[in-house]
Amino acid sequence: MKFKLSALLGACAVVSLATAGAVQAETITIATVNNGDMIRMQGYTSQFTQETGIDVEWVTLEENVLRERVTTDISTKGGQFDIMTIGMYETPIWGKNGWLVPLNDLSADYDAADILPAMSGGLSYDGTLYAAPFYGESSMIMYRTDLMQKAGLTMPDSPTWDFIRQAAAAMTDRANDINGICLRGKAGWGEGGAFITAMSNSFGARWFDMDWKAQFDTPQWHDTLTFFKGMMDESGPAGYATNGFNENLSLFQQGKCGMWIDATVAASFVTNPKDSMVADSVGFALAPHKDGVAKNANWLWAWALAIPAGTQKVDAAKQFIEWATSKNYIELVAANEGWANVPPGARTSLYENPNYISVPFAKMTLDSILSADPNHPTVDPVPYVGVQFAAIPEFAGIATEVSQEFSAAYAGQQTVDEALAKAQALTTDAMEAAGY
Amino acid sequence: MARAVTTRRKAINTAIAWAVGLLIFFPILWIFLMSFKSEGDAIKAPLDMLSAPWTLESYGVVQERSDYFKHFSNSVLLSFGSTLLGLIIAVPAAWAMAFVPSKRTKDVLMWMLSTKMLPAVGVLYPIYLLFISLGILDSQLGLIVVLMLINLPIIIWMLYTYFKEIPGEILEAARMDGASLRDEVLYVLTPMAIPGMASTVLLNVILAWNEAFWTLKLTAANAAPLTAFIASYSSPEGLFYAKLSAASVMAIAPILIMGWFSQKQLVRGLTFGAVK
Amino acid sequence: MATQHSRSAARLMMAPAVTLLLGWMLVPLVMTLFFSFRTYLPLRPEVAQTWVGFDNYVRFVTSSSFWPAVVATLIIVGGVLLITLILGVILALLLDQPMWGQGAVRVLVIAPFFVMPTVSALLWKNMFMDPVNGFFAHILRALGLAPIEFLSQHSLTSIIVIVSWEWLPFATLILLTAIQSLDQEQLEAAEMDGASWPSRFIYIILPHLSRAMTVVLLIQTIFLLGIFAEIFVTTQGSFGSKTLTYLIYQRVLESQNVGLGSAGGVYAIILANIVAMFLMRIVGKNLDA
Repeated sequence: MKFKLSALLGACAVVSLATAGAVQAETITIATVNNGDMIRMQGYTSQFTQETGIDVEWVTLEENVLRERVTTDISTKGGQFDIMTIGMYETPIWGKNGWLVPLNDLSADYDAADILPAMSGGLSYDGTLYAAPFYGESSMIMYRTDLMQKAGLTMPDSPTWDFIRQAAAAMTDRANDINGICLRGKAGWGEGGAFITAMSNSFGARWFDMDWKAQFDTPQWHDTLTFFKGMMDESGPAGYATNGFNENLSLFQQGKCGMWIDATVAASFVTNPKDSMVADSVGFALAPHKDGVAKNANWLWAWALAIPAGTQKVDAAKQFIEWATSKNYIELVAANEGWANVPPGARTSLYENPNYISVPFAKMTLDSILSADPNHPTVDPVPYVGVQFAAIPEFAGIATEVSQEFSAAYAGQQTVDEALAKAQALTTDAMEAAGY
Repeated sequence: MARAVTTRRKAINTAIAWAVGLLIFFPILWIFLMSFKSEGDAIKAPLDMLSAPWTLESYGVVQERSDYFKHFSNSVLLSFGSTLLGLIIAVPAAWAMAFVPSKRTKDVLMWMLSTKMLPAVGVLYPIYLLFISLGILDSQLGLIVVLMLINLPIIIWMLYTYFKEIPGEILEAARMDGASLRDEVLYVLTPMAIPGMASTVLLNVILAWNEAFWTLKLTAANAAPLTAFIASYSSPEGLFYAKLSAASVMAIAPILIMGWFSQKQLVRGLTFGAVK
Repeated sequence: MATQHSRSAARLMMAPAVTLLLGWMLVPLVMTLFFSFRTYLPLRPEVAQTWVGFDNYVRFVTSSSFWPAVVATLIIVGGVLLITLILGVILALLLDQPMWGQGAVRVLVIAPFFVMPTVSALLWKNMFMDPVNGFFAHILRALGLAPIEFLSQHSLTSIIVIVSWEWLPFATLILLTAIQSLDQEQLEAAEMDGASWPSRFIYIILPHLSRAMTVVLLIQTIFLLGIFAEIFVTTQGSFGSKTLTYLIYQRVLESQNVGLGSAGGVYAIILANIVAMFLMRIVGKNLDA
């Protein structure tokens, strides 16, 4: 133990000496989330520093911690970061408040028009782009082609929920530890909350009506939740009420799920033979919809880079953003790690690139992204923007509490009706408190 | 009269105590072992995991991804800095309370402890705004002061109880010999209170090292200690047990080793006046 | 001994500590009180900060989460205190026995105290309690049993276990110091008089330990009322594990309603003081601080 530590310290000292020797230059501080693509980006930072002479300091945090950290900082104008990694939820809210530097003057080389319209739309407020997408995602069905075949079924390109439920039941094989379907049940607005909201859209439900009244007392929500719980109790894994993205990814990679409906970026993980035992038998399909409802249950999200207003280093920050979200960066990653590992879902040109379109999940990712419309997410009109969220500041807090009630229902600690009644009460209360 | 202890009884004691000790220590041992496995092996059933090949892969990844040394030195600086600053302020106060007690001494002590009950998250915005206006966000100094204030009541209480056990006559004698108040504190009291001070220092270094609310909220790239280092390894996408284990071992090892070497001190001194 | 001169010197010496702590208490407290009577929504700068009287206070207590949160707080604090005190006494008695490798065992027992709360929560949640890849799940499956979903089905118990693991070393250490100061001759005299072990324990050891137990109770309560990392990492407040501290966190940071959260903060201070007064009443005589 002692030996190990001193060895470590020694190694660290060498590393820090090496970096301390670099040229004194402008340094920007970037807050980011610890997702694989961002970690990869950190690895290439030295290239950026070489090209521009700008040093980069990373603050890498787990998603929940990051959100709080940057939200506190920007709302108090703390000025701790020159670039923040934020999502489609934060961008329009902060842009509206004038807290972000507009990104409408990026260089011609950068080709801002190449950003997928769905992405630039979700990352703009009032027509002005406030954050540049690093990668974008929707959600889709990932399923085991071998199990599907064994069950004697064929996955349509755009299945209905009834088909999914039936297929899930047919694929389930408890004796061999195979669950027909794995879905997020974990509390948290970005976890199970995101899934159930996107799913509710495909059942014709909505969060708020045009007067910002909560809608959990509607039959559509009741159907959504009853269907979800029914299907998961039948064919889902034990303990699904605490499963989020990560847990399901691990289950799917270990061959324990027949189907998984989740972020399109997961496709590159489940088809990577290094991590996934089922890499060669994964098929993709559009997220399901309810028979007779024109909305599918897929969401739209982007992790994007934004510059907080007030930073002294706007130019350096813009240079970094142009570098990290450029076509060249995609080429750089492709050259070093293969096309399947480039940050997806941000640029049109990527999906026109013959090298990329041959990646098995590329087409379905694009189709899913294109079929999500944050401006008209639901069947009935809504006063908010956002598919699996409503872009108002109160949403994260409310949706987290609502999803906690739902998770308690999934775990069997209360009924669906109780959960919905509580959700309705607490949403109404919170919206009143916020003065809607 | 010493108690006669048979070898058999001693053997039984030893067996039980070691079993219990290993049980309590087991989770730490487990992540230590896990940190030397590959990600794929780390999630296997216990026996399969243990028999899988050993590797330094995870340490390599953590090393490459994070500036461990910076976080580590911040942790050292913050925990020792805040403790030292705390001692400087607490020693005179504890001395005064121990040797010149008044009717209100007990109330003052209790009040000091009660300042620890203010829920930290409730005052995040006020403190954050305060730090902005003072320009000390993400600075070691700002955090040293906050950590010192958080632990000051504990330091004062511990020192107070040690000081109280020092017989007053010795001080009287020193005073007769013409020692000034300063001399009295520096040359008479402090040496006698060294064991107590040592355990006070230890306890507060541990508490400051492990503080994970303010050290996360008030830092960015510059002053972030190991608690922030850990926050970049908790629940990322994909498999992470081995990397998280390696990062955890790196975060807790320094303080654990310090604790092991000084445990005698800690056991002897950690009384809070509980021993009469 | 206390002359007028030494009294004023004493006041001078206490001044820095008292001033600092007063500032550390008053500045945030006044600001919390101030915000608690206002609307303050940091993410909606267009909503003016105005006085709203006791609205925030009323809203905070009438929320359906309030009373469950108070109860969860008391269960967690009470549960951890009970476990650490009982196991602490047993462990301290055990460690005081003659044995080989006493120092090494002591090191093993106090080790969890050195682990950051975030790390211990992550470790228990992922490596031990996870229903798929956790240690317990592997063991149960090997025995042919279904894995237990600790954090959803037994959330409070799981959190109590994690927190107790962290604090047991502290309790053990303090109780051990106290036991070591126990007068052995008194014990042996009692033994020779034919007092059984239980009666020796109840009439001699326990009274001797009461002061140390008070200290454990007091210090731990102060820390336990504010536990946060353990809940944040494990359940995020779902499945009935939302404590008052966590509820305030949700209001301030997740809902970004600082006014409402501040009102919650005031309630938490009141609760902490009620608990403290209660503690002082039942144990205060033990602690002639």
